[in-house]
Amino acid sequence: MGPEVLRDLTFEIRRQSFQFLTGPSGAGKTSLLRMLFLALKPTRGLITVLGRDVATLSRKDLPSIRRRIGVVFQDFRLLDHMTTYENVALPLRVRGKEESEYRQDVVDLIKWVGLGERMNALPIVLSGGEKQRAAIARALIDQPDILLADEPTGNVDAPLARRLLRLFLELNRSGTAVVIATHDLGLMDQVDARRLVLSDGRLEFYD
Amino acid sequence: MTDAAASSAVLVARAKRLATRMRGERQTAIVPAGNVAGRALTTVIAIMTFLAALTVGTVSLVSDTASRWQNDISDEVTVQVKPAEGIDMPTALETARQIALQTPGVTGASILDQAATSRLLEPWLGDNIDFDALPVPRLVIVSIDTNDPPNFAFMREELKEAVPEAELDDHRAWVSRLVTMARTVVLIGVFVLSLVIVATTMTVVFATRGAMSGNRHIVEVLHFVGAQSGFIAREFERHFLRLGLMGAVAGGSVAIVLFVLIGYFTEVNRQTPQADQISALFGSFTIGWTGYAGVIILIATVATLTALTSRLTVTRHLAEIDMISPVEN
Repeated sequence: MGPEVLRDLTFEIRRQSFQFLTGPSGAGKTSLLRMLFLALKPTRGLITVLGRDVATLSRKDLPSIRRRIGVVFQDFRLLDHMTTYENVALPLRVRGKEESEYRQDVVDLIKWVGLGERMNALPIVLSGGEKQRAAIARALIDQPDILLADEPTGNVDAPLARRLLRLFLELNRSGTAVVIATHDLGLMDQVDARRLVLSDGRLEFYD
Repeated sequence: MTDAAASSAVLVARAKRLATRMRGERQTAIVPAGNVAGRALTTVIAIMTFLAALTVGTVSLVSDTASRWQNDISDEVTVQVKPAEGIDMPTALETARQIALQTPGVTGASILDQAATSRLLEPWLGDNIDFDALPVPRLVIVSIDTNDPPNFAFMREELKEAVPEAELDDHRAWVSRLVTMARTVVLIGVFVLSLVIVATTMTVVFATRGAMSGNRHIVEVLHFVGAQSGFIAREFERHFLRLGLMGAVAGGSVAIVLFVLIGYFTEVNRQTPQADQISALFGSFTIGWTGYAGVIILIATVATLTALTSRLTVTRHLAEIDMISPVEN
């Protein structure tokens, strides 16, 4: 077993809350996000996600819980052979929904994140910021209870980072809890929000 | 929701999907249709299926031939009439034929005419044989009842008495050697076929896994947007079943066409001495229904193997993802 990355953490992500998860590189931000997203099990301790103890979950239970959690990966993870529209609609498609049921919702969301003109573009021709917004739209399309974003502004310039932040705030106002993992102090200074600071495997709170 | 309502909802959803497909409004496939790895996999499957189908066909041909030789032992003998001073060959042949026909257990007898004899001897004596100038023996082909064969010793004596130049040959010695050889060839063929099938299986499995490795990111994305494992596995299974079928049908079809062409050419050239030699060994050189059935089973097996390998690879990959997230990879 390797070194203990995280220890003695006790915290709660409240409904409709907005917080930053920060700390130096290697502090364990991504590992903590992975645990929240049910992609990593802790060696010990208790994690309750959306009212379920993750230790008691079977693999069959995971998809239904994951559908209530939106994730924005640092490297976007868009499918290169699909258009912006198809990538954003993917979570609904894999749930077996008919396209006619969700087409308008997807179009509206893509316009909301400012990609209305890039609806039918493939990821290969999108800029870093556009890919980031497409990834955010995909995470939001099924109205998750919580959004986890890993360094969502890591690949974009300052003006676009501010725009994305406004997007997250607007989303939060509509009822989604938001956790943004970042080490961008400039970004955090723009919002008066709770900060979870990871350092040496421990967590401190700045409300 | 009641069961009836749930069933009707499923039916409506299916009808809608069908209507969408009929209108041609197809969405991009979740697994990309064509990439280099997919084309390479199809090519590998086609080549391996072709080789395996050739082996199946050849083993089937040799096996059929061996069993036909075995039957030939019991259903045909020949009477050879050697030329001698003062012999009236047509009369001698007819006498031998009549004696054969009168023997109990004989179902038919026919004289091998000059043209057929000429074709038999052409490889050694050329195509302008003068039967009057050369002491060429002639044959009477005698068919016998396999269930109630004649008494060969009695028949031999009767023939000697009426036509001293006649000799009865029941081919037993050389045909049994031929059958032993053919059985050995069949055994070797089955061994080679086993090796080819093992090689095909391994090639298909590893090529599929290779092609799948290029799609790992798709499995991960589908997984993290909340797709059920069964949904992901089905998408990949369907895609790889199509690739496997395309390759296997292509390889198997080429093999079948090759067999049909060879059969056709041997049939067309049946009247030549060379074809007679081939026919003597392999009959019409066409594979029987067992050969074609074998090739079809082979095609189905290879396609199923490809689909199953992709499903297993996806399932294993999903199990890995749940232990270690790809986020940091």
